[in-house]
Amino acid sequence: MAKKEYETKAEEMGALQRDISISEFFTKNRHLLGFDSPKKALMMSVKEAVDNSLDACEEAGILPDIYVEISQVNEDRYKLIVEDNGPGIIKEQIPNIFGKLLYGSKFHRLKMSRGQQGIGISASILYGQLTTGKNAHIISKISPKHPAQYYELHLDTKYNQPKIVSEKEVYFNRESGTRVEFELEAKYQKGKQSVDEYLKETALSNPHARLSFKDPSGEMMTFPRVVHEEPKQAKEIKPHPYGIELGILIRMLHSTQARSVKSFLQEDFSRISSSVAAEICTRASISALSRPSTIVRDQAEKLYKALQETKLMAPPTDCLVPIGDDALQKGMKKEIDAEFFVSITRPPAVYRGNPFQIEVGIAYGGNLDKEETIRVIRFANRVPLLYQQGACASTRALLDTNWKSYYVNQSKGNLPYGPLVIVIHMVSVWVPFTSEAKEAIANYDEIIKEMKLALQDCGRKVASYIRKTVKVREQKERASLLYSYIKELSRSLGELAHTSPDQIENGLIHYLEKKLPLVHERGENAENKTETD
Amino acid sequence: MQKIKQKLIELGQQLVRQIEKKQNPTVSLPVRSLSNVHYNKKIGTLELGKNMASRQFFNVAHTKKFLQTIEVANVSKKLLDLGKTTSLRDVYYQIKRTIPGTKINVCDEQTETDKAIEDLEVITGFSREQLHINANKNGSVSGRVIIEDKGDTIDWSKMGSGGWSIPSNVEDITFKKVQAKYVLYMEKAAVWERLHEDKFWDKHQCIILSSQGQTTRGIRRLLQRLAEEHNLPIYVLTDFDPWGHYIYSVIKYGSISLAHISDKMAIPQVKYLGILAKDIEEYDLKKHFISLNDKDISRIKQISDYDWFKDKKIWQKEFEAMKKYKSKAEIQALSSKGITFISDKYLPEKIKKQDWID
Repeated sequence: MAKKEYETKAEEMGALQRDISISEFFTKNRHLLGFDSPKKALMMSVKEAVDNSLDACEEAGILPDIYVEISQVNEDRYKLIVEDNGPGIIKEQIPNIFGKLLYGSKFHRLKMSRGQQGIGISASILYGQLTTGKNAHIISKISPKHPAQYYELHLDTKYNQPKIVSEKEVYFNRESGTRVEFELEAKYQKGKQSVDEYLKETALSNPHARLSFKDPSGEMMTFPRVVHEEPKQAKEIKPHPYGIELGILIRMLHSTQARSVKSFLQEDFSRISSSVAAEICTRASISALSRPSTIVRDQAEKLYKALQETKLMAPPTDCLVPIGDDALQKGMKKEIDAEFFVSITRPPAVYRGNPFQIEVGIAYGGNLDKEETIRVIRFANRVPLLYQQGACASTRALLDTNWKSYYVNQSKGNLPYGPLVIVIHMVSVWVPFTSEAKEAIANYDEIIKEMKLALQDCGRKVASYIRKTVKVREQKERASLLYSYIKELSRSLGELAHTSPDQIENGLIHYLEKKLPLVHERGENAENKTETD
Repeated sequence: MQKIKQKLIELGQQLVRQIEKKQNPTVSLPVRSLSNVHYNKKIGTLELGKNMASRQFFNVAHTKKFLQTIEVANVSKKLLDLGKTTSLRDVYYQIKRTIPGTKINVCDEQTETDKAIEDLEVITGFSREQLHINANKNGSVSGRVIIEDKGDTIDWSKMGSGGWSIPSNVEDITFKKVQAKYVLYMEKAAVWERLHEDKFWDKHQCIILSSQGQTTRGIRRLLQRLAEEHNLPIYVLTDFDPWGHYIYSVIKYGSISLAHISDKMAIPQVKYLGILAKDIEEYDLKKHFISLNDKDISRIKQISDYDWFKDKKIWQKEFEAMKKYKSKAEIQALSSKGITFISDKYLPEKIKKQDWID
């Protein structure tokens, strides 16, 4: 009896079980992708569109010129326009790129790009459609010889398919490029974690780009281009065996073009030579000639183990394109009002088989606030990370650095405070984020170590600057203050002790002048200490 | 007086000698904070510990205080030269000026010079009054007492409605006749005025004394002299709140910032008459409660942790009661029972029943 009821229930439940389309999933879980508040949704939408534009320009070797416009439609609804001078998109692909979730070229490749982060522009468009019911408008032009193509798109959330509402050829005032326009429920605010901050930081990390922004009040902001060379093309690489998981290995075994396990290892991974491939097969007790698709799970596990146990060269690093310390400094100088700048690009390093590289820049002094906690600007593949600073590897690296030895104040367990802005950039073919929202870099020891080395290098330069100029300046100020006090003290002490004020004054000045070089010497000692750290 | 002047000059000359020896001019003085104040259980007063601090001229953190210390020493020396006395406020104005070529004032607030004067007391071992610096007179007293002050004979029972104003320095007065069984000190001038109008001191043969707010050194010294020279019991009446309790604490044990002169100020035999927690119940004062604010609550915590209250169960009970009620009460709450309730019933009853705590 009970059993029968059970079956009926299962049948009943079975009738309700069906596929959930990605779009439907998104509808219900938009917060997982970073659309948790109207303010953040706006910032995310700008970010997705601008990241796409920058990536496309970079791949096509074009110096980016991007225009962003936000206008208010009504109280909680805004219209977003993002326009670039990129290579454009061929007509057939436009509906898919803007009207289908998880469609694109970036996810399948191990290549450094901005777009690895976030779910893409189509998610923003879907968000806009869900919150306003309005369709998206796309224009794209691939060369001066071609007409520009216009589409009005609607996302079919059930089947994750784009629906073309209307299409036509239109005039577009650029040689090539793409323009996206859609409405969304949003809130526009300046300040922390805003569109403005995202654009400002993007301008800093992309000094080769020209950005302009028209905000809802109609005010224009322009971030000029200060580097006139496009960044080097990032090379695509094959995965390194140390960086993959068993599940990925099994998937690769099934989808490979290679006819034997040996050639699969040689061709689909980096750093595996013919002899090493043979060695791995022997170690895994698999015939080098067996077809990859015939490898069963147990064998795959052995193969995985053999891959991890074999000593391999580190992955190639020509796939990494850092901003470069010179360009980074130029970017910082135009966006940060300070008196002294340093930057460093560390040599490439590897975490779990993934090559990466750390860059750090520090801006010091000038109009930066002396009493506040330092500002940290974080980037991953040139994309600003505006949220979850506390969880980020960079925060660990900052906390683990002894700032006091660089004359920067820090109370225990806190970020240092003083007139500093610190920029930390990680470039990698695969940036390890702590969560799907992709806002904090995971705490890998190798990454933290590289960050610390970069911070220490810049820290030493800042310390040397402080010592040479700031300390001397402060010392002069202190000395001149003490001279003023000496006059006052000499007078009253002279009266009190029935002694000539001049005699007292001379004695005190003598002491002060003797003492000043001493202060200097103390500074020198502090330097020696940091150098040996 | 010559001795005091000599001490000040010597302080200056000692510094001059340090300068001649090419040393950093340094004054050492005892640390005057709770960390260096100890409760001497035997004597029953607070005393300064042995921790010393150095004040150095060539230490940017000390420079200003150093100058202020020498400035007040110089003002005091000049006063002694002239045989004149001046007020704390006056000293502040004599020192206050902007240092030429800077935007820095030698002192910004009177509290800075007040502190410098207290420092000078611990450095020289002479009291502020001996250094010829006085506070404003504060407080009133009446009773059947005749005193002599600077050649004038003063009868505390014939001072009209205001009573005798207690000067800052009571060292030089002499008691000619004291007809009293006890002294009653109260925190509130308004309560004193009530008792004075009702001729409480006459009916009950006592001395009544009050200040407005803080108990000044003059009042504390006067109370101490009445207790010591005339063996009079002293009873204290304050609000039922931590601030009132601290007024009692200062009179009895001495204060933290003036622990160096406890021997001239503290009166260990003083008793606390009210308002007690039990009075609240007995006289039905709950309806006049005022809620404790955050400052009150943290002050209760501080006071109950002081060494001299920590082991006193009877006092901890008072603090507990206050926390339990989450309220405080003013002396004036008694007026709700009738304006002369305090002089006709509350005080006579309490004194008769010896209803106080120690």
